[in-house]
Amino acid sequence: MEQVLELKHIHYAYHTLEGETPALTDISFALNKGEFVSIVGPSGCGKSTLLSLIAGLLEPEKGLIRINGRYLKESTTNVGYMLQHDELFEWRTIYSNVILGLEIQHMLTARTRQRAHDLLDLYGLRQFETSRPSELSGGMRQRAALIRTLVLEPDLLLLDEPFSALDYQTRLTVGDDIGQIIRKEGKSALLVTHDLSEAISLADRVIILSGRPASIRQTIPLIFELDADTPLNRRNAPEFKTYFNLIWKELNTDE
Amino acid sequence: MSNLSAGQQKYLLMHRKHKRIVRISRILILLSFLFIWEFAANTGLIDSFIFSSPSKIALCFFGMLMDKSIFLHLGVTLYETILSFLLVIAISILMAVALWFSSKLSEILDPYLVVLNSLPKSALAPLLIVWLGATKTTIIVAGMSVAVFGSILSLYTSFTTVDPGKIKLIYTLGGNRFHALTKVVLPSSIPAIISNMKVNIGLCLVGVIIGEFLAARDGLGYLIIYSSQVFRWGGIRIWCEGNLKSFRNPAHLAIIIIQRGL
Repeated sequence: MEQVLELKHIHYAYHTLEGETPALTDISFALNKGEFVSIVGPSGCGKSTLLSLIAGLLEPEKGLIRINGRYLKESTTNVGYMLQHDELFEWRTIYSNVILGLEIQHMLTARTRQRAHDLLDLYGLRQFETSRPSELSGGMRQRAALIRTLVLEPDLLLLDEPFSALDYQTRLTVGDDIGQIIRKEGKSALLVTHDLSEAISLADRVIILSGRPASIRQTIPLIFELDADTPLNRRNAPEFKTYFNLIWKELNTDE
Repeated sequence: MSNLSAGQQKYLLMHRKHKRIVRISRILILLSFLFIWEFAANTGLIDSFIFSSPSKIALCFFGMLMDKSIFLHLGVTLYETILSFLLVIAISILMAVALWFSSKLSEILDPYLVVLNSLPKSALAPLLIVWLGATKTTIIVAGMSVAVFGSILSLYTSFTTVDPGKIKLIYTLGGNRFHALTKVVLPSSIPAIISNMKVNIGLCLVGVIIGEFLAARDGLGYLIIYSSQVFRWGGIRIWCEGNLKSFRNPAHLAIIIIQRGL
């Protein structure tokens, strides 16, 4: 199977005058094309750091990252990064928020503009194109943020607890919603979360990290026998509880 | 309009009423201030020789309107103030951007900016005259000197308090620091820039007047100094401070109009 992302022996530490805080030790894993992987771990264990490394915002102290077989620095692959908050700009309309990435990467053409319109249409935001972000609900804003990422046609999506700022009900529907959008677009995705049920309902595989400094404790493949494998259906499936308990136990055992 | 619900109509009515109360109250405060002043001056509660009175100011103003001398002085001060104001805005935005780009530079320059900002600028005006001569340049520099350092500091502060999440977003979309500046920092600092402009137009005026006190042959500052000296000799009232208020309004109004437009 083709690998979109490959991490080998990644180490990372934060430095302050008070000293060094190791965040990640010896992280290695790979992500196949079209695969959805969740990473769970105790809070503050360095999950977000991992995504920042993959997005190239930080540089690992040791180890290597390959995207589509090429080293991160030489890679031309677009990596989409969805942040915890939607970060939509109030001084722009929804449409011009969505094309922000295209603007920055000088990719604004008739074709990409059309794609932005199409995506907004497809995911129910057509009539909000000229609205300001504050006029939208939390769920719609998060969808707009996802479209802003998707319009750059990334091969790999990084999701940094993108639903944690939403209230519980919206979170379930938006999680379902966005999970299905990502599947439909055939994207590979890496989701970081501390919400176990979210991780299980969305992913093909769950990677469990230990506390800081984070290392990989275990990888658990998720297999659901469902006719329609959607996040919401998964939550009702009998396997869900089994996986939940398994991961819960794994997270809470001391080394 | 007829298809509005009763609740909406009531809301709109309340809104209009609120606006009307605000407007009327504003006018009333001005009128009562003028009335009390005039009343106090006429009945001898205050010495109208020293405090003047609205009617005397109006009369004097009218006289200067007739001989058109007021337009010269107003025009000169307005020109000097606007010019120094524009220069302050341009310089402080450029400097704040430079400081924002290089945290090293901002750390190096920080104590200098604080010291320069706390200088008593009016005390510098005589030196400026020595350095630059008794010209318009001196007056414009004097106007700038009052506003520019504080303006740089406050703009830089507002640049650095931009939501770091929004800047991170720019990087995740493949942008660089320049994109962060043009797409996030500047647009989100527009309210700060405007409030900064509001403060600066006043400060520039103060600086220009100080400059005119010392080195001008026209302008409102000159008029104030001239009149207060004439007052000593011949007993003509000082009234120009009153005029200053009416002068400040057009410039202020311009900023408010810009602000509304945005």
